[in-house]
Amino acid sequence: MSEFKEIAWQGLWKNNPGLVQLLGLCPLLAVTATVTNALGLGLATLLVLVGSNISVSLIRNYVPKEIRIPVFVMIIAALVTAVQLLINAYAYGLYLSLGIFLPLIVTNCVIIGRAEAFASRNTVAKSAYDGLMMSIGFTLVLLALGAVREILGQGTLFDGADLLLGPWAAGLTIQVWQVDTPFLIAMLPPGAFFAMGFLIAVKNIIDQRLEKRRKNKDETAPVITRARITKVS
Amino acid sequence: MTFKIKSSPHISVQLQTGTVMQRVILCALPGLLAQIVCFGWGNLIQVILAISLAVGFEACILKLRNRPILISLKDYSAIVTGLLLGLALPPLAPWWLMAIGIAFAIVIVKHLYGGLGHNLFNPAMAAYVLLLVSFPVQMTSWVAPSNIALASPSLMETLQVIFELKALVVAQFSQGIDGVTMATPLDTFKTDLTMGLTSTEILAKPLFMNGVSQGWFYVNLAYLAGGIMMIKLKVIRWQISTAGIGSLAICSTLGFMFGPDTHPSPLIHLFSGATMIAAFFIATDPVTAATSNKGRLIFGAIIGILVYVIRTFGGYPDAFAFAVLLANLCAPFIDHYVRPKTYGHRINY
Repeated sequence: MSEFKEIAWQGLWKNNPGLVQLLGLCPLLAVTATVTNALGLGLATLLVLVGSNISVSLIRNYVPKEIRIPVFVMIIAALVTAVQLLINAYAYGLYLSLGIFLPLIVTNCVIIGRAEAFASRNTVAKSAYDGLMMSIGFTLVLLALGAVREILGQGTLFDGADLLLGPWAAGLTIQVWQVDTPFLIAMLPPGAFFAMGFLIAVKNIIDQRLEKRRKNKDETAPVITRARITKVS
Repeated sequence: MTFKIKSSPHISVQLQTGTVMQRVILCALPGLLAQIVCFGWGNLIQVILAISLAVGFEACILKLRNRPILISLKDYSAIVTGLLLGLALPPLAPWWLMAIGIAFAIVIVKHLYGGLGHNLFNPAMAAYVLLLVSFPVQMTSWVAPSNIALASPSLMETLQVIFELKALVVAQFSQGIDGVTMATPLDTFKTDLTMGLTSTEILAKPLFMNGVSQGWFYVNLAYLAGGIMMIKLKVIRWQISTAGIGSLAICSTLGFMFGPDTHPSPLIHLFSGATMIAAFFIATDPVTAATSNKGRLIFGAIIGILVYVIRTFGGYPDAFAFAVLLANLCAPFIDHYVRPKTYGHRINY
């Protein structure tokens, strides 16, 4: 069980694909202008990543080492096509606003990276759990970025949620504050880079604090120190 | 050339950063004065606001970084950043525009990269670009030159407009197209050329006089004078400014000769917009520019050529901020390949 706990810790925090591995930066920066887009891309990535990890793990003993990468890419491409068709059918508005970045999930390094680094060496259950945790970590980063950029850029949250969740979600939109002049840079890709930089900085600060606390705990344990006899002048 | 014989001490005093920055501020004063005369009180208020904000943010971030506050403030670099951004923003820009700009310049561009001497980009220009990209409407409505404006706001009215105490005032002043705010000469040239007007027709507009821009001509002359003063005081070297202005002059002359009716004359290019203040006060920032003499010439030439290319083919009427940032990016590269050769040494790249 502790192995699964470790996988979750790795995916959600320690080895977070967005904040630490910095994988899949292209969609991460391009489509996180609103929370809705971020959630849509996150869910799509989640479906593809879990599916690809399971499939790769299933066939890991039958695929010759030399051609494993093309095989993985074929699996991922098939899954992405399926997800793309699903979104096209059930959330057409989101399909339009995600645009090219939906088919581009194929090239998202998180997915091929997990297939190669984890799923091709581990059991199906572990691989599925790893895919789930990695994509949840990725989605959380997407959501945080989307929230920051949407609040700064247009002063709302969950704008256009009905595109993803159906007409009932239109009421979810929260007007955080009224902006007369939108802060355009937050909506543009440079703003995504700035926000991403600050998110990584916050993560590093939290890590440093945790490390310090752990060290303090260690230091409270009695330590035998040798008294210095000679004086250094 | 005579060989000077000097008695000891032979080591001359190096200029302190604070002294250099003080002289920069002093040399920028004629330009500020010209801006006040030509465009009203707006820029003076903007400069005061910008400097106080810059000092405030600098003190806060120094405290956060556990650095000595007073000693670091005494190098005047934050004040120069504030001064330059205050001179660059439109005179009637709202106060929050300046607050966002200064916060970005001091906190992100300067201190997140390690403070004075470590920043990759010129803080004032990075902030200017951020504001220009984010708030195009506020950033492009410049005040009309006071001698052709229908109404110029008084000091109190300017204060009220900047601090948005009276929204009504803004509405009153922006009613007429040529009322208080209007496009800059370079902006006018760009839009009118795309509308099919010829240079002669554009130059007949009230914004121009004898082939040069109203108001802007004197502002640029004042900055030119301040710049020459800086070179005399040995605050800056001549290479960057000369190469920048020179290459812009060559490019615009070639363009003007190629099509005099579809290109602004070199006079318009050199004495409109930010040409002189950028060439002398902004491009020459010792932290972000190239550091060898030959490198400075290349650095300046890159800026001049980029300005001409963006002004002529790009989407923005004035391009100094973008050109300076792009040249800042090139500076480490230039410094790597253009190294002064010392006698007896070979350069190994």
